[in-house]
Amino acid sequence: VISRADAPDLSLLFAGKIASPNPFWLASAPPSNCGEQVMRAFDAGWGGAVWKTIGAQVANVSSRYSSIDWNGQRMMGLNNIELISDRPLEINLKEIAETKKRYPKHAIVASLMVESTRDAWHTIVRQAEDVGADGLELNFGCPHGMSERGMGSAVGQVPEYAELITGWVKEAARTPVIVKLTPNISDIREVARAAKRGGADALSAINTINSITGIDLDTLVPRPNVGGKSTHGGYCGPAVKPIALSMVQQIQSDPESCLPLSGIGGISDWRDAAEFILLGCSSLQVCTAVMHYGYRIVEDMIDGLKNWMAEKGFSRLEDFRGLSLGNTTEWKHLDLNYKIVARINESKCIGCSLCYIACWDGAHQCIHLDRATEGPRTQSTPAMIEAASRQSIATTPIPKLDNMRSNEESPGTPLARIPRVDEQECVGCNLCNLVCPVDGCITMEEVSTGLPYESWQQRAESGTTNEKSV
Amino acid sequence: MSMQETVRLNRDLTAQFPDLHPPLGTQAAVVEANRCLNCFDAPCTAACPTHIDVPRFIKKIATGNLKGSALTILDANILGASCSRVCPVGVLCEGACVLHRYNKQPIEIGRLQRYAMDDFYRGEAQVQKRSVSDRKQKVACIGGGPASLSCAAELRQRGYQVTVFERRTAAGGLNAFGVAEYKLRFAESLKEVEMIKGLGVEFQLGVSITGESDLLRLEDEFAAIFVGVGLGTMRTLGIPGEVNAAVIDAVNFIESYKSGKRASINGRVLVVGAGNTGIDAAIASIRLGAAEVTILSRRTDKQMSAFPFEYDHAKQEGVQFRWLIRPVAIKQTADGSNLLECMKTLLTADAKATTIAGTNFPLPFDTLISAIGQAPLLELLHHFRNVELDHGRVVIDQETGRTSNPKIYAGGDCVNGGREVVDAVADGKRAAIAISKALEVSE
Repeated sequence: VISRADAPDLSLLFAGKIASPNPFWLASAPPSNCGEQVMRAFDAGWGGAVWKTIGAQVANVSSRYSSIDWNGQRMMGLNNIELISDRPLEINLKEIAETKKRYPKHAIVASLMVESTRDAWHTIVRQAEDVGADGLELNFGCPHGMSERGMGSAVGQVPEYAELITGWVKEAARTPVIVKLTPNISDIREVARAAKRGGADALSAINTINSITGIDLDTLVPRPNVGGKSTHGGYCGPAVKPIALSMVQQIQSDPESCLPLSGIGGISDWRDAAEFILLGCSSLQVCTAVMHYGYRIVEDMIDGLKNWMAEKGFSRLEDFRGLSLGNTTEWKHLDLNYKIVARINESKCIGCSLCYIACWDGAHQCIHLDRATEGPRTQSTPAMIEAASRQSIATTPIPKLDNMRSNEESPGTPLARIPRVDEQECVGCNLCNLVCPVDGCITMEEVSTGLPYESWQQRAESGTTNEKSV
Repeated sequence: MSMQETVRLNRDLTAQFPDLHPPLGTQAAVVEANRCLNCFDAPCTAACPTHIDVPRFIKKIATGNLKGSALTILDANILGASCSRVCPVGVLCEGACVLHRYNKQPIEIGRLQRYAMDDFYRGEAQVQKRSVSDRKQKVACIGGGPASLSCAAELRQRGYQVTVFERRTAAGGLNAFGVAEYKLRFAESLKEVEMIKGLGVEFQLGVSITGESDLLRLEDEFAAIFVGVGLGTMRTLGIPGEVNAAVIDAVNFIESYKSGKRASINGRVLVVGAGNTGIDAAIASIRLGAAEVTILSRRTDKQMSAFPFEYDHAKQEGVQFRWLIRPVAIKQTADGSNLLECMKTLLTADAKATTIAGTNFPLPFDTLISAIGQAPLLELLHHFRNVELDHGRVVIDQETGRTSNPKIYAGGDCVNGGREVVDAVADGKRAAIAISKALEVSE
């Protein structure tokens, strides 16, 4: 990792007590399974690690992961049915002690899961703290296997249990207690509030989401296939990031839930990291990206985040933590009189017409292919345009027969293929901008309606919700 | 021995003529297929003379639906396999790809098409008929090349009784005998003919339609006739001494090595004419053992009729080019060796080549290949009743392929003067659709 003297400072003190040279922690998962791994991760630049969950005795099955590939890209989403650490507790404790001794400045958090008795929790808390863990993360989120035995998400889905067990842990704990939340619940704030009531010092979110990633269309067995049978697993990776961000925002915007938060869910690069911090996270936990590419990815996470901070004038994480929370509100407060329209930059358009078909089939039929026709053709449907094109007679241009010059520079996009936006009809939905493959070709630009801010809430209060907006 | 058997025995060609564009592996095909943007009303589809729905067949490769992909291709172009190999994609589908304006890397449509077609021919290799009911009306297709095959397949798929008349003992036309071996092998062309045969098209091979009486008989027996006879023999150089065993024409030369009659060519080879056929002959000469191959043209690379990518390929193969040279006579020395007497030329303002007096010089050669274009097949075309010709080309209505004789349709090289296989396929298909419409009315 390249560091410069004037570089922004990424260090943090999580929950006021857990020091870490940077916010990037390994999530409790296979990458933090043993001391040898965690030490190599720290060497690569990771600031902390949440040790793979220790506690109850388990056995694992063979065939544990499955994934979602998308358009040739591997592991957009990863599913696992692996349980907590299947190594003997004493070995894990010994290795935590050894790692903490050799890396005193790095954060080591012990992830814990035991049967739901006060004694069991008191014992494991004492064992973890005795070997030097900087904090404790209560695994109330694991959605497969352990939940069938009354642990993991079976606790995290019932606010009363979560509050009770958090309370037991707090009776014994000397280090910060972090409650890891499951997303497999109607409203994540219910359990966040319960954890806070139980005395939790911090939260982490989200754990994995219940999932079946797919079914083998030859064997008809869902993946992963364990001897002809499968079971639902926990879903993570880039695909879950939007869900995680939303839950993070819900927790951090709710005074009864809000605690120091360790963000988890599809964080793969520094941009993801910045987004979680902007919604109020302090530390960040990463698993899938490491499982895909190895510990080395942290280099660009640190480098990219520092460069972005320097560019934006942020010198510490606290300078921007939570800044986007103020820019997030409930729908009813959004300005109904704000209007944007799509504009197509003709010089950048490559003529794929993806915006055209998206607008016709998926939006509001206000993009037309009529720049080269005489007058607007707003009634030409996609089928009509395609049919005309199929009727055209094309021939191979032969230099000798067609008097053409070879080596001609390929000309720009023909006018007929550059779509036109009917700005009067455009509702500013963004779809064309989202499907356009060219950066900066379709821009969404604000147009003045000449009207002041007006929200649905205001209309509801003034009884004008039935009037058509201008 | 039949032509097919001769070709099958000639196994050395694969080693001498490896694929110019090797097939894509499965992983590479899927990665490439995923790169396609899936444009609406895609320019590649519009640029293809047969309007293959390119994004549709490519996305089917991406989803692993190879059968659907192949049938999408064949629905538009029954010779999808040979076209995937021989099409000058750079000036057709790939030339129109919007990615030229995105990251300068167009989708490899030709190779993806070949990937789907290779899978098809490894498997059941049979398409479904479009119509379940058979029709009684009979249509004759004269010539067994791409235009006729396309017309015959389309009509047969619509239920008509179709007979193809081919003078050679194997159908396929230039696809079988005229395309450079490193682009399309004879065996691949044959698979397509077999598939069309499987549809129920009847092939009368080794049958020459020559005179007026043959044509009258056909007009009598068949409800409609499609003329896809292609072009005639290569034009002669028209210089003294041309009748010489060491002087051959490019079309015959290519046919002779593809059919196994010729296994090698030695010494110094001169190719007259810098067109695509001249380049095919020149490259084949190198692969077949020629010591030195030179293409002569009376004009320059600026006026060359070959595609630029063909020119580049020839240079890579070691073919030499000599511009602004015009052959004027062929002579033999006392010891029996051959000399081509040439003159230097000058280009006028409108790029016409004129010889410069006093610039005569000799070029020794062992074989001279003429490649200055094929002449129209006038000896046959003149016999068609009421069929208008223009400069030796059959005049048709572009949309229907109908000639001035309402019962006779035409397409391919005999109409367009010599374009690509895909143009012939498009012509044949348009004519078939028009014939089908006309016969439906008369039914």
